[in-house]
Amino acid sequence: MAGFLATVDFSNPYFAVLVLLVIALAMSVGFVLLSQALGPKRYDRIKYGVYECGVDPITPAAVRVSVKFYLVAILFILFDLETTFLYPWAVLFRSLGWFGFIEMAVFVGILLVGLVYAWKKGALEWQ
Amino acid sequence: MTGPLFDITVAVARIAVFFAFCFGLVVVMTWVERKGAAYIQDRRGPNRADIFGIRAWGLFHPLADALKFLFKEDFIPDNAHRLFYQMAPMFSLAPAILGIAVIPFGPDVTVMGRTVALQIADLNVGILYLFAVSGMTVYGVVLGGWASGSKYPLLGGLRSSAQMLSYEVSMGLSLIGIFMVFESVRMSQIVAGQGGLLFGVVPKWGVLVQPLGFILFLVAQYAEANRTPFDMPESESELVAGYHTEYASFKFSMFMMAEYLHMVVGAAVVATLFFGGWQFPYLGDAGFLFPGGFAVAMPPALVLLLRIGAFVAKVLFFAWLYVWVRWTVPRFRYDQVMRLGWKVMLPLSLLNIFVTGLTLLLLKK
Repeated sequence: MAGFLATVDFSNPYFAVLVLLVIALAMSVGFVLLSQALGPKRYDRIKYGVYECGVDPITPAAVRVSVKFYLVAILFILFDLETTFLYPWAVLFRSLGWFGFIEMAVFVGILLVGLVYAWKKGALEWQ
Repeated sequence: MTGPLFDITVAVARIAVFFAFCFGLVVVMTWVERKGAAYIQDRRGPNRADIFGIRAWGLFHPLADALKFLFKEDFIPDNAHRLFYQMAPMFSLAPAILGIAVIPFGPDVTVMGRTVALQIADLNVGILYLFAVSGMTVYGVVLGGWASGSKYPLLGGLRSSAQMLSYEVSMGLSLIGIFMVFESVRMSQIVAGQGGLLFGVVPKWGVLVQPLGFILFLVAQYAEANRTPFDMPESESELVAGYHTEYASFKFSMFMMAEYLHMVVGAAVVATLFFGGWQFPYLGDAGFLFPGGFAVAMPPALVLLLRIGAFVAKVLFFAWLYVWVRWTVPRFRYDQVMRLGWKVMLPLSLLNIFVTGLTLLLLKK
């Protein structure tokens, strides 16, 4: 154990992130357990039921709803990937010069065509 | 102190200091929000809680709130998925806490002959880490909405998933201009890059070289933090309380803490990327140096204090801006939110990258 600890570089910034992660997890789990331990427990059928503004629920909440947002998720993946590609390019932009600029303009241009297509098809409309 | 012991002490001390600052600000912000709302609406606001007759303008209300939340009944609705219902507040709070790691709150200082950065973790991926961590928050919201087994939270969770995803794209794209100008995603280097002067007159702050990027980023941040005018996931007049309708006791309070922590981190990120972080205008390592050649020498300790003070002042201002906007601007309709995200912000942020690139290349000659 001591031999292992001697090899660890504690000035590595990820060590601090690890410490913060432990704190974050301890706090999140601790707060949930604490509030469970401290509060009173008095069972009541109405209180533990679904909140529907005082009216008895008519249908269960597990109904099938049309998730229109599925399309948004797909568009998000596309454009977030594009963003990820742009990050290293942006940092190196000055050394790449005009070549990098035109290359990326072509790449973004192709994606823009996709956005225009989704726009024209009405994928970005909400009813 | 020997090497490893020194490193551990430094790591823990930095976390303790900045964590205390952020959490203290979260507590104060809950008070500022209520008091600010009251004064904007011409009311008095919270002023009843007192300790031994000292009311201190209602400053003890956050304390009373915390105690009240702790001792409230903590129940799991019969309809809820027991495990996921418990996990949702954890998924909300933990990423919010992790987000504070990459904010530089002061310049490098020398302690016992070693250079120490006033930043919990000076990661070379900087802002990417922040995006990765804050992207986790959407799990807490969706999980909370779905696991409650009730209709209002379900709708709130669905709405927020679409909204947070839409604005995350513009948020990422709006910062690319900043990376092109300062040639780094490391927070400390972006702050250092903002220390110079633009045309030898004004500080080279991100907001001056990237005005459009700043506006886009600020708007996207408000949408990501689910704050008015983008508080669709909660929208209390439509969905009762949105994704946390079925939550009570400290679990509800954890969702609130996460939201306020996001505000504080968001304010710190805006201050860092666009307003020079800890940079004080015209303040160099040796003291003030104004454009006209007029100089004022200062001891290093005073310079350090001024710089940390500048960072704190900027964070406080942007934290207050969240409250100010919340009680000034009405909520958008949902289709308006999505239209703004995809049809206005996305094309504008792409345009911003294009214009920035063109300008940089033309100025290079």
